[in-house]
Amino acid sequence: MSAIVASGLTEFLGNAIEPQVQVDAVGQGAIFALMAVGIGLVFGVLRLVNFAYGQLVMAGAFALALASEWDWPVWAGIVLCFAVVLVLSIAMERLVFRPLRTQSPAVMLVATFAVAFLLQSIALLWFGSLGKTAASLAYLNRPVTVADVDIRKITIVAIVVAVISLAALVTLLTRTTVGLQMRAAAMDFRTARLLGVRANRVIGAAVLASGVLAAIVAVMLTVQSPLVTPNYALRETIVVLAGVVLGGMNRLGSATLGGFAIGYGSGLLGGALPTAQSQYLTSLLFGLVILVLLIRPAGLFTRGPLPVERV
Amino acid sequence: MSAEPVLKLDGLGVRYGPVSAVRGLSLEVGAGEIVGLIGPNGAGKSTTLHAIMGAIPSETGDIRHAGVSIRGRDPDAVARAGIALVPEGRRIFGELTVEENLRLGLAGRRTRSGADAALASVYELFPIVHEFRSRHAGALSGGQQQQLAIGRALAAEPDLLLLDEPSLGLAPKIVDVVFDALAEIRRRGITVLLVEQRAQRTVAFADRTYVLASGELRLTLAPADAGDTDSMVAAYLS
Repeated sequence: MSAIVASGLTEFLGNAIEPQVQVDAVGQGAIFALMAVGIGLVFGVLRLVNFAYGQLVMAGAFALALASEWDWPVWAGIVLCFAVVLVLSIAMERLVFRPLRTQSPAVMLVATFAVAFLLQSIALLWFGSLGKTAASLAYLNRPVTVADVDIRKITIVAIVVAVISLAALVTLLTRTTVGLQMRAAAMDFRTARLLGVRANRVIGAAVLASGVLAAIVAVMLTVQSPLVTPNYALRETIVVLAGVVLGGMNRLGSATLGGFAIGYGSGLLGGALPTAQSQYLTSLLFGLVILVLLIRPAGLFTRGPLPVERV
Repeated sequence: MSAEPVLKLDGLGVRYGPVSAVRGLSLEVGAGEIVGLIGPNGAGKSTTLHAIMGAIPSETGDIRHAGVSIRGRDPDAVARAGIALVPEGRRIFGELTVEENLRLGLAGRRTRSGADAALASVYELFPIVHEFRSRHAGALSGGQQQQLAIGRALAAEPDLLLLDEPSLGLAPKIVDVVFDALAEIRRRGITVLLVEQRAQRTVAFADRTYVLASGELRLTLAPADAGDTDSMVAAYLS
């Protein structure tokens, strides 16, 4: 028995250090980090875990699939994807988040569940359970050889886009008035409002930025998984939510690192586990999340005690 | 200058569930005045300030700013109407720099122009804030944070400044700094409603001081009454 475990572990470790697996894992981590930032931005100002975030990605992916079906040029498909996701983000904020903003976190969480399943059901009615294929960016799955390692173009694109997006977000948060107000609102919204910070403006900006990131994620995920179904990005959202909690929800930086870590871990396990054991990936991933949270309940990348007390 | 008082509370009532925190409170603060609001713990002083800011809903009465009712407005709208609050405990953003804290105060300004001049005016009043403008606000001492909190409120160039126990927890020497700053704020013509626990000093300093107990107005004192501790104690215990 121990010999089998040792042999499996040796194979896993051998695979894990392969440059190919490492690069793919970093690419996966980059996409998940962007999702984590999107979720973390809204959580920062609203203290709301937006479970419907995955459905924004799904809607963007369907927009890309439709554009592909209609033989639209790639740029037009991407514009449609952004338009759909941003309109849905604004509608979600105006119709659900804003009216319920003063309600308890539990009410808002349930509301996001309702929105998630509503959007999923609409997608099911419009596109059916078999879904549609977004194939216009499929060429990004072709590999390029860098230093004897075959790297899919989408992996390079994902890493570059994630770095640029995060840099743009940092610039927004640190160099603009609305960014400063978003940071203040995330720390103490009540005091920020007493200073004259417009709640609707700050929340609207966070929701929009979060939507932009969801659209970017939709573009990159459709390259990796072109078949778009109504439950598209649902698993990724759950994994990223776990990553955000893993990193520490109260700070955007730690949430981002958590998203990257779980994406990287997921990519590493997916690439390094022997094919026969790949069905254990999700169980293994969430087992690790539970283990980390048992050791560091406030999050892997935070300092200090938990900010919330419960009895 | 408008003939209307800068602030007029008319029969203000605030409840926390079954508990009545402020009952039928009526008072006025005229342009350029410093008005004190003193009373024992739980008298309703801070509640009154938060009700003015719209952070707590008022149950009865009216709150008028320069003749216009602001009752029921959101806190950010009240701030942008020209009322700034220096909250109890300072409530500065410790992870932001001193300058970023001040820039947040600009959100309450009513005009887009003149932001740099407003900051320069704050720096002139509080040189220590200027000196430490690049530091994280959380690294400042309590007295420095209090100066920052007052400066942040002044950055909005309000016509009414509400201060909630600005001397709380400060060393006597720093309390002098705060009161000196208030004297300068008075010279600049800014109207102030000052909630304080230091009763005698407040009565002596303000143009007029209201004594609040159990949510009701009990006494109005002039600076000359600062030595009349018997009346103050009677009002506190009533």
